[in-house]
Amino acid sequence: MELSGAEIVIQCLKEEGVEYVFGYPGGAVLHIYDALFKQNDVKHILARHEQGATHAADGFARSSGKPGVALVTSGPGATNAVTGIATAYMDSIPMVVLTGQVPSPFIGSDAFQEVDTVGITRPCVKHNFLIKDVRDIASTFRKAFYLATSGRPGPVVIDIPKDVTDPNVKIPFSYPKKMKMRSYNPVTRGHLGQIKKAVDLMLAAEKPVFYTGGGVILDNADKELVELVRSLGFPITSTLMGLGAYPGTDKQFLGMLGMHGTYEANMAMHETDTLIAVGARFDDRVTGQIAQFCPNATIIHIDIDPSSISKNVRVDVPIVGPVRSVLEDMLQVLKESKKSPQSAAVSKWWKQIEEWRGKRCLRYDQNSGIIKPQFAVETLYRVTRGDAFVASDVGQHQMFAAQFYQFDKPRRWINSGGLGTMGFGLPAGIGIQLAHPDAEVAVITGEASIQMCIQELATCKQYDLPLKIMLLNNGYMGMVRQWQEFFYDGRYSHSYVDSLPDFVTLAESYGHVGMKIEKPDDLEGAMKEAFAMKDRLVFMDVIVDPTENVYPMIEAGKGHHEMYMSPGSELV
Amino acid sequence: MRHIISILIENESGALSRVAGLFSARGYNIESLTVAPTEDPTLSRMTLVTRGDEAIIEQITKQLNKLVEVVKLLDLSDGPHIEREMMMIKLKADNGRRDEIARLVDIFRGKVVDVTDSTFVVELTGKSAKLDAFIKAAHEDSVVEVVRSGPLGIARGSKGLKL
Ligand SMILES: Cc1ncc(C[n+]2csc(CCOP(=O)(O)OP(=O)(O)O)c2C)c(N)n1
Ligand SMILES: [Mg+2]
Repeated sequence: MELSGAEIVIQCLKEEGVEYVFGYPGGAVLHIYDALFKQNDVKHILARHEQGATHAADGFARSSGKPGVALVTSGPGATNAVTGIATAYMDSIPMVVLTGQVPSPFIGSDAFQEVDTVGITRPCVKHNFLIKDVRDIASTFRKAFYLATSGRPGPVVIDIPKDVTDPNVKIPFSYPKKMKMRSYNPVTRGHLGQIKKAVDLMLAAEKPVFYTGGGVILDNADKELVELVRSLGFPITSTLMGLGAYPGTDKQFLGMLGMHGTYEANMAMHETDTLIAVGARFDDRVTGQIAQFCPNATIIHIDIDPSSISKNVRVDVPIVGPVRSVLEDMLQVLKESKKSPQSAAVSKWWKQIEEWRGKRCLRYDQNSGIIKPQFAVETLYRVTRGDAFVASDVGQHQMFAAQFYQFDKPRRWINSGGLGTMGFGLPAGIGIQLAHPDAEVAVITGEASIQMCIQELATCKQYDLPLKIMLLNNGYMGMVRQWQEFFYDGRYSHSYVDSLPDFVTLAESYGHVGMKIEKPDDLEGAMKEAFAMKDRLVFMDVIVDPTENVYPMIEAGKGHHEMYMSPGSELV
Repeated sequence: MRHIISILIENESGALSRVAGLFSARGYNIESLTVAPTEDPTLSRMTLVTRGDEAIIEQITKQLNKLVEVVKLLDLSDGPHIEREMMMIKLKADNGRRDEIARLVDIFRGKVVDVTDSTFVVELTGKSAKLDAFIKAAHEDSVVEVVRSGPLGIARGSKGLKL
């Protein structure tokens, strides 16, 4: 079979089982777009901005576990994609991004729409390639998909000069079957000696706690995690990225930890004697001040990436390996062990935890005449029976969503945790809905965030994607306003979102349904109505309390036990 | 602590900038970096000198290993090793001082590799400290120009950093 470079690109995507490419055309990728036009297997979703295309590919990947693919042109196409690439990189999301490049003879000449894409993206990709010869396309794609999806996943960029896809240069095509790279060998199994040591520590623990992160979801290790945690009877807390790996409604689950984590989760971290970290990376939003982090704990850390281990916090028992296989091995070792957990001590520990839980740190004012953002999320939870895919933007609404939508399944909670990218939610929702055409997909957003990628409403119209957008409209960059209230004496410098559009007519002008909801009593009915419109995108502009803050809160640089609690809580 | 790290890396364009970029992005310091292809032309060998406490060096080696193009890596400072750096130094050598410089070159086991009526170019190999000592002994005002390779390193004993 003789194919041109452009046809080979498409063929490689087929070989990798790629169903959707999220993209935006331009000069350097026109040959590829022409090849796309002539076939029907790989479907192209036209975003309205390259950032949207990359976030959509990302949302597809996060919700399905399959690599997301984006296609953009050179120069501004590539630079617009950088935010999406960096977002995926920070959360270790498997993605392959194809960027057009000026024809090879022009590289380095400041040609029209030339940027050094490989140079610009180098610090925010797992790896990147510049293809210099049509004969290298197939092997490069094979490597790119392998790298993106194996080990610690991440985005891979393939930069393709226009001449490499020349329709008039045809070569024989075959796709490499075996993949071996001498310089890249991700660990496939944890060290059994270390695993045994960890299990011994767990069985001796008196105040143990599991602290789990996005790595559990990335490696599809939720079943093993649940089995292990249940069989030990230990408490478990999760990072923002790990929510849903362990059922959020289970009684052993303490809620999220960290800056806006629950009182019981953070106090348990502070008091624990044995911390079992699984697929989590000790991010500063989780640890607070390092010097005060888990002061009494022996720390076990399971991670696929050796460089995550002892990076921010020194650990005592490192286990490098894929989370799932390590947890499987742990279960096995546990089964074979003659010892059992310290049940007396652990029930005492639980008593302490229940006391902390009794403070009900997430309480908020239920009798307010104005819609509280927490109440809106709780209503969404009820209306969707806790079973929707929820994409979020970045800000207070993201934290309220994480605190009040109790995710029982993995890959349901889709948000930009590491980079914190405003504008992520709506386009991510596009990718999620395409990956799960029959599922309910909600986007929780703020009036500031939604305006960063609002143009993707057109994409939703073109492809009939019935997202349900819940805008928690507080008229402020709420998270910024909160910091200004707490740490800058209420000097609200440029955090008021002025000159807002009328979101109802805005949604309508894109061909969608718009709703404005202002009273707590109207919320549930309106939301039910919205979700009943199965084939329509409904944009719910929910007017919420502009002064609400996210509690509890640990100020940056403070310890887990130094939380601000909500004014209504018993602690104040 | 000063560490000298040997790296086998795919001989591909861009590999060097990934290493250099890693150091600047993560705020590690590089004292010197040398690189050239090995007997296997698909591989390059780098010698990198850096400084940091134990935790930083651990992160540096882990982050280097994580680069897809890095094949193998060895912190030479973990064991006995040999370190050599080469220098070429151009010295003012007027009539009155030519003998003195020649004697100095002898003492340091260097070689004069170029001569004009007013200058010598001296080639000298050794540990970095020896090169420093030579520069000092030659007197600042007689030094026209110095070029140094940065240290190269190899472990002692029968084991090699190979595929
Ligand atoms: C692209 C980008 N720019 C700036 C920020 C900093 N930032 C974090 S939250 C936030 C405010 C978000 O406001 P909104 O979307 O209305 O959400 P709210 O906090 O009000 O719920 C800002 C500006 C960011 N995270 N991302
Ligand atoms: Mg807002």
